[in-house]
Amino acid sequence: MSDPVIEARDVTRTFMIGSGFMRAKKPLHAVNGISLNVERGEVLGIVGESGCGKSTLARMMLGLLTPTSGTLHLDGQLVGSADRIEVARILQPIFQDPYSSLNPRKSIGNIIMLPLRVQKDPNPETWRKRTEEIMDLVGLPTRVFNNFPSQLSGGQRQRVAIARALINRPKIVICDEPTSALDVSVQSQILNLLQDLRAEFGLTYVLISHNLAVIEHMATRVAVMYLGRIVEQNETGALFETPMHPYTQALLDSVLTPEPGLGVPDTHLGAAYPNPVDPPSGCTFHPRCAAVMDQCPKQFPPRVAVRGGMVECHLYAGGAGKKARKGKKNER
Amino acid sequence: MAKPILDVENLSVDINVPSGVLRAVQNISFSVARGETLCIVGESGCGKSITALSLMNLLPRTARRSADTLLLDGQDLSSLREREMSDLRGNAMAMIFQEPMTSLNPAYSIGNQLEEAMRRHRNVSNSEARDRAVFLLEKVGITGARGRLGQYPHQLSGGLRQRVMIAMCLMCEPALILADEPTTALDVTIQAQILHLLAELRDEFETSLILITHDLGIVARVADRVAVMYAGEFVETGTAEQVFNAPSHPYTQGLLRCIPIPGKTKRGAHLGAIPGIVPNLVGRLEGCHFASRCPHVHDACRSGQLALRPAFEESHHYRCVLSPEACAENLKSGVAA
Ligand SMILES: Nc1ncnc2c1ncn2[C@@H]1O[C@H](COP(=O)(O)OP(=O)(O)O)[C@@H](O)[C@H]1O
Ligand SMILES: Nc1ncnc2c1ncn2[C@@H]1O[C@H](COP(=O)(O)OP(=O)(O)O)[C@@H](O)[C@H]1O
Ligand code: SF4
Ligand SMILES: [Mg+2]
Ligand SMILES: [Mg+2]
Repeated sequence: MSDPVIEARDVTRTFMIGSGFMRAKKPLHAVNGISLNVERGEVLGIVGESGCGKSTLARMMLGLLTPTSGTLHLDGQLVGSADRIEVARILQPIFQDPYSSLNPRKSIGNIIMLPLRVQKDPNPETWRKRTEEIMDLVGLPTRVFNNFPSQLSGGQRQRVAIARALINRPKIVICDEPTSALDVSVQSQILNLLQDLRAEFGLTYVLISHNLAVIEHMATRVAVMYLGRIVEQNETGALFETPMHPYTQALLDSVLTPEPGLGVPDTHLGAAYPNPVDPPSGCTFHPRCAAVMDQCPKQFPPRVAVRGGMVECHLYAGGAGKKARKGKKNER
Repeated sequence: MAKPILDVENLSVDINVPSGVLRAVQNISFSVARGETLCIVGESGCGKSITALSLMNLLPRTARRSADTLLLDGQDLSSLREREMSDLRGNAMAMIFQEPMTSLNPAYSIGNQLEEAMRRHRNVSNSEARDRAVFLLEKVGITGARGRLGQYPHQLSGGLRQRVMIAMCLMCEPALILADEPTTALDVTIQAQILHLLAELRDEFETSLILITHDLGIVARVADRVAVMYAGEFVETGTAEQVFNAPSHPYTQGLLRCIPIPGKTKRGAHLGAIPGIVPNLVGRLEGCHFASRCPHVHDACRSGQLALRPAFEESHHYRCVLSPEACAENLKSGVAA
């Protein structure tokens, strides 16, 4: 049963970019027509190369950026019309950089209780106790309550960001590259913590990462983005085992698992990521696509519903054919 | 075995810091044969970059290098003066940094910089240098290279800049390339392309490669030999197969349990973890450097200096008081950090 907590309909966000001295500004379609549901209780993974629009989409969900067009509903309410404080009560972010996202002049305790203050929590006498409780839960010793961010390690700072996000029991947490700045031994601890907290509080996550192994491990469903669009979306198992879009296939090929003897694959992704101000015609992936056909540069590809999800590619115009390829794991 | 291109014995680097002497690199030894790839892998702060910089003689002023042996193609690097060393840099040995703009000058066209990289060391005409620049830019996958010589670094994407950097490294056919996190700033797709390219070029030109990274996936896929570094020391060395298929040191075993592997790790299950933090490297550490985080630690670990000891197979070594049998048992039982 579909029970969406976030519903995006044809959402776009355009930035006007100066293209040099005295020249007219040009539109950059950072998010270019995204329709997407985030279902209650799921972990929706969003992957794609840098610049494809992941953070822009996240910032719109958080109400930090208004869509140029389209609508976003949060728990049934239109984001934008909803009160900012109301949004913050439902939805909290965790960002990549635990260094810059924490105010260096505030103590750890004050940073963590900030949402209570901002959301005008009516019981200030409970704040200290609740802060200590959440610190305990995310594995921060309460003795760092009066310390400053600079006195903590990277992993501890990310725990602070997680504690701050969770202190007022939001329903949804948007994690934008939450472990990308961390060493793997710390990353695994943070990922484990996110899993535990999800079980404990029944949270819904939107997890943005360029690390496909992390997405595969954490997500229940995955959306693949390319140049501002979702080009494929499916349940995690299906997407990794039978990727349909040629871009998804190339992305999965690029994952270097720690298995010796396999070498570095040739992804056949010839050209570099295109300039988003001047995107290729038709299917914007066509200059890099290994399966490119005559119609690809000419026509925008259809959005095809497939079992468990969707794919946007001319290969599947006649329905979801047999063109999906077995994941490379099974190939070998 | 043929004579190695690089032979290093007991290389150490001490850095003067306000609180004392930071022992960033401690008695590491390795050699690299012609056409071979050595990967040095470890988490941030373990001493990887300082190791690379010390080989290039590019250490910060506060750092001091010492070594029993430091031979590049038979030549003793420790006896060289800075002038002689700078003749070697970019010539016999070249370095690729994580951020290509560290080495590319924004004020000069890429053609200019590539040609200059060669003319500094070789007595060649302008047109010879240009031809080699075009040849190498095409080799690294830059199409229409002749027409791009006039472009400036800022006009190129990060992936293209790193390709230019690799081409620049190859201008003088170095015997050894040192690459420090060369793909860390790049997307996974571009990363795969750059690593594929490096491997091809290494095979074609028989260059030796020291690749430094924190990414175990990269190491498994490109390394002939691996050195796992922790708190300034090599804690395990061996072939890629030995280190990944039969990791012996508790730290290596722990690291490999931390990363999710699509198709292998159970989705959503808890990952391994290595609790605790890296020890402070200022001053002398007694015993095993990993002792404060190791799940198998016992009294014997905390005193003296541990040496690298042989594992079951030849050329596989690790630094731990546990016997090879005990390590194999730990690997099987899954009790690791
Ligand atoms: N405030 C902004 N002004 C102009 N361009 C922007 C702005 N924010 C993002 N962009 C552009 O929008 C595109 C998508 O960016 P982003 O959402 O940050 O991508 P991702 O998070 O996937 O790396 C990029 O081309 C980026 O340069
Ligand atoms: N210029 C410097 N001054 C003082 N300490 C340094 C300097 N550069 C590196 N260090 C220290 O040396 C150790 C090794 O650093 P580095 O080689 O850069 O690590 P890695 O490249 O493995 O992340 C770290 O403890 C680091 O803090
Ligand atoms: S020497 Fe002791 S503390 Fe160090 S890795 Fe081995 S068992 Fe662990
Ligand atoms: Mg982003
Ligand atoms: Mg480094």
